[in-house]
Amino acid sequence: MASVKKKGLISDLKERLIQHLFEMSGWLALVVLLGIFALLLTTAIPAFKEINLKEFFTSSRWDPTSPEKPEYGILSMVVSTMLVTAGALAIAFPLGLGVAAYLSDVASHKVREIVKPVVELLAAIPSVVVGFIGLTLVGPLIARIFKLSNGLNALNGSLLLAIMALPTVISISEDSLQAVPQAYVEASLALGANRWQTLVRVKIPAAISGIAASFMLGLGRAIGETMTVLMATGNARSFPHGFLDSVRTLSANIAIELGEVPYYTTHYYALFALGLILFVMTFVINLTADLILEKQKRKLQ
Amino acid sequence: MKSSIKKNRKNFRAELSQLLGFLFVRISVYTILLVLLFFFYDVSNRGFKVISWEFLSEPPRRGMTEGGILPAIVGTFLVTLITALFAVPIGMAAAIYLHEYARPNRLTRLVRLSIRNLAGVPSIVYGLFGVILFVNWLKFGTSVLSAGLTLGLLTLPWTITASEEALKSVPDSYRHGALALGATKWQMIRTNVLPYALPGMLTGAVLGLARAAGETAPIMFTGAAFYLPYLPRSFKDQFMALPYHLYVMATQHHSIDQAKPIAYGTALVLIVFVVVFNLGAILIRGRLRNKWRH
Repeated sequence: MASVKKKGLISDLKERLIQHLFEMSGWLALVVLLGIFALLLTTAIPAFKEINLKEFFTSSRWDPTSPEKPEYGILSMVVSTMLVTAGALAIAFPLGLGVAAYLSDVASHKVREIVKPVVELLAAIPSVVVGFIGLTLVGPLIARIFKLSNGLNALNGSLLLAIMALPTVISISEDSLQAVPQAYVEASLALGANRWQTLVRVKIPAAISGIAASFMLGLGRAIGETMTVLMATGNARSFPHGFLDSVRTLSANIAIELGEVPYYTTHYYALFALGLILFVMTFVINLTADLILEKQKRKLQ
Repeated sequence: MKSSIKKNRKNFRAELSQLLGFLFVRISVYTILLVLLFFFYDVSNRGFKVISWEFLSEPPRRGMTEGGILPAIVGTFLVTLITALFAVPIGMAAAIYLHEYARPNRLTRLVRLSIRNLAGVPSIVYGLFGVILFVNWLKFGTSVLSAGLTLGLLTLPWTITASEEALKSVPDSYRHGALALGATKWQMIRTNVLPYALPGMLTGAVLGLARAAGETAPIMFTGAAFYLPYLPRSFKDQFMALPYHLYVMATQHHSIDQAKPIAYGTALVLIVFVVVFNLGAILIRGRLRNKWRH
């Protein structure tokens, strides 16, 4: 009798121990997310002992290694990042939405089973390979078309980032188009609308929040991408005036300078401040997308 | 009469817009397929010329203008091993917690939210985090260990999500059966859930690892070396990695003409690696999905 009780106690303890182990692993994600933010913040703060906050955000001169007067203005890098990202989304969003519509409205089951893995494959290509293609293939092409000495510029970066953002746009848009109740489609067709009218005036409006989220998530992916822009945009530090200018994005600047910077200098801390800005930007974008998707899910339930 | 012409015109316009609309939709698909095809064609066309047994089995020589990429292959393998040892068990455990234990309350939602957000953190930010935490604080230095753990954190959201999908696919009746026979929760998970979910979990994990192996930004500053004539002897050593080697050969080498063929070869090895793992996982996943659909 007593041994049974004891056994019960031990197995009870074991049960609880195991549960706590699993629980801790689950919480790790939250801890890591907070940890990233906290560590970036604490490492970025010392930079502002020497850097004027106003200069940091409004100056477009970034020259931390200047022997006379190091300058830390991130404006041109922020504008470059936005330029390249905007170009990427201008390509990836219509194209991605088109593919999503194809998958949900045009393709037969069999074709879908082939195209979907291909899209996944696109997502799996390492960014450094995409950057390499930009360097060897897209760059010379751009140079020839626009008669430039080289094709390493914002346009090249945008084209490549579009490829990186496409899978995200496609899969989220398609999910939300698929989630539109069949009854909506049937009602529209029954009223005499053709399939295109149904898609544009019924399905897309019904799925609009998911489609918006796909745009946001693609945006988040493009803003933080490093290797492709590092290899394809030429990385000039000047303020960009158009898509044919060479640009240096926030992420590329971190990648370029972190390898050479001496630890625990203002320059080092400033690079972490750039990382923090990147983190906050993507976090806000992803969180917004997430909230939109949550809301849509609840609405459709 | 007049109204019927008007109606006809309207119909015509609707038909035309449908025609053009779906034409655009098709074109966008073909564009992407063509781009992808062109990618693969260009890289394999030029890469195959370089790849030989020597290329895969020898270290680089003469300032990386000759020889092979063996240290990069081995380095990528080792760093992925660390990533796997870290991310796969924790990812699975977290998924088990979320799917089998967690109550649907606000805290659970917060955990899920942070998992989804972690998946969106830029890889270069993981690199910065790895520099502070693993290289400096924990004093692992720039090493296989630091880089592997950094990639492990990056992979974690993917492995959790994939594992949870696998757990979702196990029918609830399996769970109820075990519980009805008096099994404890852990016994139920161990005997009636995990055996069925494990293949799916591992497939997802492999996919995540293949992706991690192709990452460059997180390992650039946490352990990947420009050039090492020898293989890493311990997990505290620096290492060469395929993606970083490709970056170096493509942009940092002093002699572009001599480096370019090697870069193409490296790119091809990387692509083949990624495609094989992905196709394998997609096939296995398809089979698993059909298995449960009875």
